[in-house]
Amino acid sequence: MLSASARFTDDMPLRAGTLHAAVLRSPHAHAEIVSIDTTAAEAREGVVAVLTGADVKDVTTPFLIVVKEPMDQWCLAVDRVRFTGEAVAVVVAQDRYIAEDAVDDIAVVYKPLPAVISPLDAAKDGAPLVHEAVGRNVVSVREFTYGDPDRAFAEADHHVDLTIDYPRNSQTPLEGYVVVADYNRQDGVYDILSNFQGPFTVHPVMARALCVPGSRLRMRTAPFSGGGFGVKQAIFPYVVMCAVAARKVGRPVKWVEDRLEHLTAAIAAPNRVVRVEAAATKDGRVTALRYDQLDDYGAYLRPPMPGPLYRQHGVMTGPYDIPNMAITNRLVMTNKTPSGMVRGFGGPQSFYALERVMHRVAEVAGLDRLEVIRKNLVPADAFPYRACGGALLDSGNYQKAVDIAVGKGKLAALMKRRDAARKEGRLYGIGMAAVSDPAQSNMGYLSTIQTAEERKKSGHKGGNISFATVNMEPLGAISVTADSIPQGQGHATVLAQIVADQLGVPPDRITVNTEHDTHKDPWSIATGNYSCRFSSATAVACHKAAVEIRAKLARIAAQRLNVKAADIDFADGMVFARNNPGNALKLHRVAGVAHWQPGELPEGMEPGMRATGVWAPPELEPPNDQDQINTSLTYGFVFDFCGVEIDRDTGQVRIDKYVTMHDSGTILNPLLKDGQTYGAFAWGVGCALMEEFVYGPKGEFLSGTFADYLPPTIHEVPEPELYHLETPTTLTPLGAKGGAEGNVMSTPVCLANAVCDALGLENINLPMTPAKISALIHGEEPARPDTSTDKAGAGADRSRALTGQGSHTVPAAPEQVWAALIDADRLAAVIPGCHELELVGENEYRALVTLGVGPVSGRFKARVKLSDMKPPDAVTLSGDLAGPLGASSGSGRVRLTGVAGGTRVDYDYEVEITGRVAAIGGRMLDGAAGVVINQFFRRLTKRIHGADKTGDAGQLPFWRRLARKLGFGG
Amino acid sequence: MKPKPFDYVRAETLDEALDALARHGADARILAGGQSQVAMLNFRLIETEVLIDITRIEALDYIRIENGALEIGAATRQSDLKDWPGLAEKVPMLHAALPFIGHVQTRNRGTVCGSIAHSDPSSELPLCLAVLEGEVVLRSKRAERTLKAADFQLEMLTTARAPDEMITAVRFPLGDASAGHAFDEMNRRRGDFAIVSLAAVARQDSVRLGVGGVAGTPKVRNWSELRTGDIDEALNAFAWELGGHDDIHGTARYRRELVRRLGRQVIEEARSCRR
Amino acid sequence: MPQIGRNERVRVSLTLDGKKVSGLAEPRMLLSDFLRQQLSAGAVHVGCEHGVCGACTIRVDGRAVRSCLMFAVQAQGCDIETAAGLAGEDGELDALQKAFRKNHALQCGYCTPGILMSVTSFLDSNPDAGEDELKDMLGGHLCRCTGYVGIMRAVLEYAAARRA
Repeated sequence: MLSASARFTDDMPLRAGTLHAAVLRSPHAHAEIVSIDTTAAEAREGVVAVLTGADVKDVTTPFLIVVKEPMDQWCLAVDRVRFTGEAVAVVVAQDRYIAEDAVDDIAVVYKPLPAVISPLDAAKDGAPLVHEAVGRNVVSVREFTYGDPDRAFAEADHHVDLTIDYPRNSQTPLEGYVVVADYNRQDGVYDILSNFQGPFTVHPVMARALCVPGSRLRMRTAPFSGGGFGVKQAIFPYVVMCAVAARKVGRPVKWVEDRLEHLTAAIAAPNRVVRVEAAATKDGRVTALRYDQLDDYGAYLRPPMPGPLYRQHGVMTGPYDIPNMAITNRLVMTNKTPSGMVRGFGGPQSFYALERVMHRVAEVAGLDRLEVIRKNLVPADAFPYRACGGALLDSGNYQKAVDIAVGKGKLAALMKRRDAARKEGRLYGIGMAAVSDPAQSNMGYLSTIQTAEERKKSGHKGGNISFATVNMEPLGAISVTADSIPQGQGHATVLAQIVADQLGVPPDRITVNTEHDTHKDPWSIATGNYSCRFSSATAVACHKAAVEIRAKLARIAAQRLNVKAADIDFADGMVFARNNPGNALKLHRVAGVAHWQPGELPEGMEPGMRATGVWAPPELEPPNDQDQINTSLTYGFVFDFCGVEIDRDTGQVRIDKYVTMHDSGTILNPLLKDGQTYGAFAWGVGCALMEEFVYGPKGEFLSGTFADYLPPTIHEVPEPELYHLETPTTLTPLGAKGGAEGNVMSTPVCLANAVCDALGLENINLPMTPAKISALIHGEEPARPDTSTDKAGAGADRSRALTGQGSHTVPAAPEQVWAALIDADRLAAVIPGCHELELVGENEYRALVTLGVGPVSGRFKARVKLSDMKPPDAVTLSGDLAGPLGASSGSGRVRLTGVAGGTRVDYDYEVEITGRVAAIGGRMLDGAAGVVINQFFRRLTKRIHGADKTGDAGQLPFWRRLARKLGFGG
Repeated sequence: MKPKPFDYVRAETLDEALDALARHGADARILAGGQSQVAMLNFRLIETEVLIDITRIEALDYIRIENGALEIGAATRQSDLKDWPGLAEKVPMLHAALPFIGHVQTRNRGTVCGSIAHSDPSSELPLCLAVLEGEVVLRSKRAERTLKAADFQLEMLTTARAPDEMITAVRFPLGDASAGHAFDEMNRRRGDFAIVSLAAVARQDSVRLGVGGVAGTPKVRNWSELRTGDIDEALNAFAWELGGHDDIHGTARYRRELVRRLGRQVIEEARSCRR
Repeated sequence: MPQIGRNERVRVSLTLDGKKVSGLAEPRMLLSDFLRQQLSAGAVHVGCEHGVCGACTIRVDGRAVRSCLMFAVQAQGCDIETAAGLAGEDGELDALQKAFRKNHALQCGYCTPGILMSVTSFLDSNPDAGEDELKDMLGGHLCRCTGYVGIMRAVLEYAAARRA
């Protein structure tokens, strides 16, 4: 990769004649598609085709979903859009530039509908419905009881109750989605090259949508992927979109997602509202947990959603021995981007709630926080431990891990540091968190969403199958293929190391190819790169294959060296008798026998030197009748503590020290494992302090650039102190557990606990932005001095709808001002950038306007309506705008008062702006709205002033003009 | 995203650039460093018929001292100004402010004049221009004129530049020996657009404070006499006057809070480094 | 004074990693797209197209800049360097690349070529840069995989080796 010859999907060679796609996306969170006019786009030179929902409906079926509810999703919107950024049409053209030009040519008429954004609002009766056919937004509710939580709560000394509102975020890989689709008419095969990362449970979903058997959907991947983090699972609607387009145009179609598209419409981890309660004894022993979880999946339920709500189900008690638990899981739909797989997969949300409540238990009980953690951890002698939710924690020594971290990480010194800082009046806090780090998901975990009865009917699901193949050529070259679809975690390095260890050759002698081709490589529904699946799955399959090759080589060598196969060893490219190393053969000679001398092979041995390891751990059983489920194969352990200082003036959180302790079982490669930890930590810091997909109240998306959605830079991410304990798992031959997700779950809550400690808060939600902290620490604002001039809107922190008010004095009588406002020609002259204005109904106009601020401007179709008219005192102007830059609607009340020297025009307005300009220019929207409205009044002033001079105003009595305009004579 | 189509003119001399501007007027835009403009073209927030590239006009690539001011030509990169050896002494405010502008990779291409022409409400250089009472030299085929910062900066992203004019240079008065200067800004991630930026010049008893990010253009306040005990009150009044606005990075209240709190810090810092 | 119409495709000639090359571009073609699509410069990665992520960073006449914020026609006659030019003809990695490998300073590798260009450019003009300055330079790049730990280690090690 460093030699810069890395080949990512976008670098792969294209078949001659490949066309390029660009997608038109909805500026509205919820709207009916009244019409789509693609004529101009199709007529543009270089454009080959434009596809809309109608084309898609002809040749595909809606995507299969997990919940049996009528929530159809197609790869392009059909009849209705349900989130800002939803794909509405796709242009296929000779290059991307032209395709984007043509996207701007497409005219869509939308009828905006009420949108529902907050999950709590969506769950209320009478909320606007995201899917009318379902009849409600909460599309799945399940209640679970383990042990006797009610009794535990009744008997508890302490009852802690918190509500968490976990935000939307994503690890946003630097490489976006890339799809190249081709369709071969002869054999009816769709051939797809993409950076899809699995799980291949989605393969049948795509094939079914395309109405072909799975064998006719060939999915291939490139050698490298520019980051996945789960996110590249959700490429699948675009795979289908490009496949349909390629079939229509008869040529390959390539689509490269850009950053605005990715942030707006790719995916987000579901935001979740959790009420979490803990029952505890006086001495801090937690006896029961109660979760009420409302997980927000956005506008569509894309498989494998609602994974995050169930992915940690068996281990919702974390690393603790808590015997009783009640869980209510509710799945809600809103008008936001569909949720999907993101690193941690429900873990950050789950463990945020758990570790916040554990922190509170200590506070409420008046106990030391570390002691409460220690007291509740699963005891070292209790393994294998079956958690009440069903997780089988096979091994560990959590107390020892905590001791090591506290000792080596010098917690006592940190406590002193905090005390010293506080003495100086500084805001300093310490946070802690302990989490389970689950790896290799049970493919049946999602069936927990069904009742036991339903599961019986549909068949029990479980397991997680992985494949890897080791091949030795006649001259001894060794190659490996596997089903892990890596995204940069260094899987190839580890696989080479595993095989090298077995065969006694240096790892650099082994060629690993992790490209995948469903037509040629073994795969299962579990294939892919997610849920820390590699170390306990693919690596094990590879180990099994290498062991098989080794055994085969040993048998051949034993025959020739006249020793027992058990006495054969491998080192330095030689195969030899362990007790007599001089009795040896070159490794490649031994391999050669299997190719050249099949007749001389030991009895019963098959010729050739290729083995495919298959690994399907038996512990991944389907959920049982009590709804217990072992959601993962292995469960690592992470314990973190940290010190943070908060700037009293700016509210900024600075991480002073961060210690993280991991027990991931046997570490296969320390450098790679630590790399995963550092990366997970960085994203954890981002989630804690910076990253959030922000929506306005009407679903306008406001985080469309990397200057609005903020991945941290090196300045914001300190280097954590990292400690290890290795307690090998007994469940896999390599002893490794997963280790790449821990800190995305532990770090956000560890930092939140520290901030709560610093500020004495009961609770806080993420991200902990400076503005949010400032509002918490700065108390009541110093009063506005009487002497300061009044400034519009300055007093109130508004909701995100843009509102404003103002006042101008126009040097004309109120009647003249009124006349200008209600006369079409004059209004045309006053509206900034108005090209055309026509009266389309009583006091209703349609206009073409160019609006903007400074160089930023765009053409919009506008509708303006005057209502609530009280001539010449007041009028309400309302209307909407639509254009390639976005859409806007709003209204303003204008009041005219005669004053000395003319008329004082007072106005207040409320506008919503959505679409591209809101996603990119959020920083300036508020000001820009004010500028445009000011332009209007400045022009009004100028116009009336100018008109007075030329004498063309007030020629006709105002009332006659009005009457004429309204169509009754004059 | 990719930009809309435009014609491209590479001016090799100032006259060529002015000719092209005279020909195309409002249909043309000057392309200098492009670190804001190209991003906005990519997003199709800006469209233009013609781009006139002035980056190769060597005569506009200079930093010189003239008539008590530091004059910087329109093709001069921000990096070159930052690395100019005399900067800390000649215009200490710019020396303090430049490291806050984007990143070294954007300063390597972004120009000083381009930033001032773009007039982003959160940008550092327009704020420096306003607080130091610098000047902008505008040229067209018709004439040359010089505008004070206050006359040049009209609105958010909007200046007094006529369609056929371009900025050929900006001038920052040289720092006088008796004054102290300080610059600071708050953003959520270093190098990002400031939520609030502040620049203070302190003399004997007086203070001049400029604030960016709270209004369409930088706002400047002079206090001819500001006693330490009166700073909080003065800043509170100024903060309320500015008002501020909400966006996803901060509320109006937060912006006022920063004006009060960081305002005090920069004033004190400017006073402490008075020579 | 060169003037190019919007639909004209003109030949842009430049030096790419020491070799004279050329390709066709219309005025609006971004330099990043031109290098990738016309000149097969696979070491230029496109991550955001608005100048924030740094993945497309290259050296133009020695300076590290974002290639997504330049047009191809602006690069006429320029000396362009990408990370592909670092390794030797025989594929042997240069010292900076070796330091990246040794310190596991990359995972997916998407941000890496841009960072390499910033590092070499910065150290060429600031050979004595300390940790804070190097951190400031790296602040112009987003990496989603590594948490920057390996990157910082590699850069410090390389900077020290260059000074030695």
